[in-house]
Amino acid sequence: MKRFVMVAASAAVLLGTGQAGAAGVDKKAVLTTYADIAHAKYEDSLIAAKRLKVAVDALVAAPGAETLAAAKAAWIAARVPYQQSEAFRFGNASVDEWEGKVNAWPLDEGLIDYVNADTYGTESGENPLYTANIIAHPKLKVGGKSVNAGKIDKKLLGKMHEAGGVEANVTTGYHAIEFMLWGQDTNGTGPGAGNRPASDFDTKACTGGNCDRRAAYLLTATGLLVDDLKTMVDGWGAKGKIRAKLLKGKPDTGIATIVTGLGSLSYGELAGERMKLGLMLHDPEEEHDCFSDNTHNSHFYDAKGIQNVYLGKYTRTDGSEVKGPALADLVAAKDPALDGDMKAKLDTTMAAMGVLVKTAEGGEVYDQMIGAGNSAGNAKVQAAIDALVAQTRSLEKAVAVLALGEVKFEGSDSLDNPSAIGK
Amino acid sequence: MRVMIVSLLAGLSMAGAALANGLAPLEPGEDMPGGTATHAKVINRDAFSHFSANMSFAKEMDFKVGNGFFRRLWVTAPSSTKAADGLGPLFNARACQNCHLKDGRGHVPAEGEEGVSMFLRLSIPPQTNDQKTAIAQGRANIVPEPTYGGQLQNFAIAGHAAEGRMTIRYQDIPVALSGGEKASLRQPSYAISDLGYGPLHPQTLISPRVAPPMIGLGLLEAIAEESLIARADPDDKDGDGISGRAKMIWGQEEGRLMLGRFGWKGGNPTVKQQSADAFNGDIGLSNPLFPANSGDCTGAQKACLEAPHGGDDQYSGFEVPANVLDLVTFYSRNLAVPKRRDASDPQVLRGKLVFTESGCALCHTPSHKTAQRADMPEQSEQLIWPYTDLLLHDMGDGLADNRPEGMASGSEWKTPPLWGIGLTQVVSSHSQLLHDGRARNTLEAILWHGGEAKTARDKVVSMPKTDRAALIRFVNSL
Repeated sequence: MKRFVMVAASAAVLLGTGQAGAAGVDKKAVLTTYADIAHAKYEDSLIAAKRLKVAVDALVAAPGAETLAAAKAAWIAARVPYQQSEAFRFGNASVDEWEGKVNAWPLDEGLIDYVNADTYGTESGENPLYTANIIAHPKLKVGGKSVNAGKIDKKLLGKMHEAGGVEANVTTGYHAIEFMLWGQDTNGTGPGAGNRPASDFDTKACTGGNCDRRAAYLLTATGLLVDDLKTMVDGWGAKGKIRAKLLKGKPDTGIATIVTGLGSLSYGELAGERMKLGLMLHDPEEEHDCFSDNTHNSHFYDAKGIQNVYLGKYTRTDGSEVKGPALADLVAAKDPALDGDMKAKLDTTMAAMGVLVKTAEGGEVYDQMIGAGNSAGNAKVQAAIDALVAQTRSLEKAVAVLALGEVKFEGSDSLDNPSAIGK
Repeated sequence: MRVMIVSLLAGLSMAGAALANGLAPLEPGEDMPGGTATHAKVINRDAFSHFSANMSFAKEMDFKVGNGFFRRLWVTAPSSTKAADGLGPLFNARACQNCHLKDGRGHVPAEGEEGVSMFLRLSIPPQTNDQKTAIAQGRANIVPEPTYGGQLQNFAIAGHAAEGRMTIRYQDIPVALSGGEKASLRQPSYAISDLGYGPLHPQTLISPRVAPPMIGLGLLEAIAEESLIARADPDDKDGDGISGRAKMIWGQEEGRLMLGRFGWKGGNPTVKQQSADAFNGDIGLSNPLFPANSGDCTGAQKACLEAPHGGDDQYSGFEVPANVLDLVTFYSRNLAVPKRRDASDPQVLRGKLVFTESGCALCHTPSHKTAQRADMPEQSEQLIWPYTDLLLHDMGDGLADNRPEGMASGSEWKTPPLWGIGLTQVVSSHSQLLHDGRARNTLEAILWHGGEAKTARDKVVSMPKTDRAALIRFVNSL
């Protein structure tokens, strides 16, 4: 055992990170790497969102097949760093709180724009905003009160987000922009994504009506995304509050934050809500990037983000690397076999996610893979779910090895073990 | 362990100082109302949507998938999405979440708005001896209205008529309080317009119901039944003016009489049965506990009974198969109670003392210890602070709906838990309380208390206004 500890420690020194104490790896250094990777991922997301903004500006200035295709490409590129940042969401309360504005899903798109009543339906009378169509209506009613939607601006979109307490009333973030660029996917589990014409943004030869308001919506939502990502870049920067909170707290609390983020994304969010549910229902509406048919990439980069946080090594959009001591080193110092097992499980997940990407790129996209009766496609998705489940089981072993169990559940000012109080 | 001793000591010393100041002591654990299941996340409109903090990663998957079904919009059968069709034909909502908005409390519809998170229950008095016996024995809650069934569904799928609309009128009742303060209560009266299936039975009884918040349900379920029943005092033998009756109702899966813990009158004994009942009555979905594919349709609604349904063979004939019901049940059991924000504030502790001394705590029992439940590790052996005894109390004429439900009379209501009550505004953007949302704030809710609670209510009216303010602050701190 001792021998392994020494190996891990010297490895850390060789990486130039130093401060490897008797326990093998300095926890503060691990937290610093974690914060550095977070900062890099949000900065990459911000850069990509600004490129998206440029492309969207060009689309609105000169609507056409080419500018629309360029904007779609910029959106897909913007998802790459952002999805990798989701590994930070669940452990860090301030990220989780913020996330709803940026990546909320699923959304009832009829709140934003016109929809095809045949596939979308109109019968949700009990969500009064199900087909409210902000773009077509300068005056709206929310909860019996009038809302002036005459000007489509950041304030209006913020106000209408989750209007009436209905979570599917999503007006901002990546998926709202995705709907603006692609339009509704009316193909069910058949081939094809949304197919919005560029002329929907053309005020001179307008299709779909209200092209000026639709263009304003797209510009506003993209601008908001840039603003929101800026908040996260600042929060994780050298003087950022999120970084400071993490580094000033007890080191084990910080390590538990990392583990919670990886575990909750793997198990509950990705394997559960975004994959298993859709597979159980065989429903394209449960596809995460449903308008663009980009779900395979969305899932792939979520998993990738989990892997690179564990390893402490992130390749940025520009090809440079951010790396340092990581959770992997802490686990290796305590139990190298477990670290090896964890790395193998993460590789298995990436391989299974790779199959989804390859299948999608081969013409059978995610909503077709989860379709009823497509047993081969279903099996591919199930394999990725199983791999995520397996990697989380290993992660739980890591929690035990690092003795983080009690840290994860700490919280009361007045109580550590309530069942002991009554005695 | 050492931390605990320190906190106990702190609690004790505070208790000594506190009594001298007219403050109640801060008790160990009271800031964590759900025990270790309590969440300490940011307080915002998602505050009721987090899972039990003591849950393992493995269970998060079930929670999230359960949440997926909870928010799922069900569609008319037949549809290409076989796993989520079978809506209605009559319904109050297309998704669980459309009533339990943000997992929080429902609200009275705004003027001109269709009611969603509030509806009317319907019944008629028992007509036959069999019906009387079934109700007396706890085997049935009600006799459904012959045409419209057990509740008024104000929506229907295409081609079918909705049953009607709830209309509400309010009349203001001024109340004078000590210290020159005034309050105004709004007394509601209910009617049904636009009846879709002809006249109602002449003896129809109606009871308005707002969707209750979803937090802490599994913890309430985990309190040992015998310890709750032991608190009942139906004949007020201890002479404190408070009776407290255990509402017993048939547990369909368990096959025995059980304490009715859920619903405003304790209509169902378990989270699962409550969820299954809501799937069937509110959304019109069959499930293993309530197998009617047509939901609440009656024999007088033939087209409704004959409409296509979503009970496919691949899902064992149910629109909501057993595994989906289990996932939603698991989700509903594990919505965590938020940590209290200011439990140690002096005004809050003063209010806590006033709460106890006024007799509020006689029914709103502050704490319980949950039992060991092998199937519910997150809820097992927790010290919890729900502020309810889960028993029925006569609440007087003012609150009476005059519609008996099972063993509950027309003026009895089950003590609702108070945890999370102060976050209603944050989560649900309103502050309406009570079974029909008539109270617009905590003070109004207190003033509506009558019957067994009249003594406590009168104390609140006459107490110094600083104490009244402290009491309200305390309740809102929960």
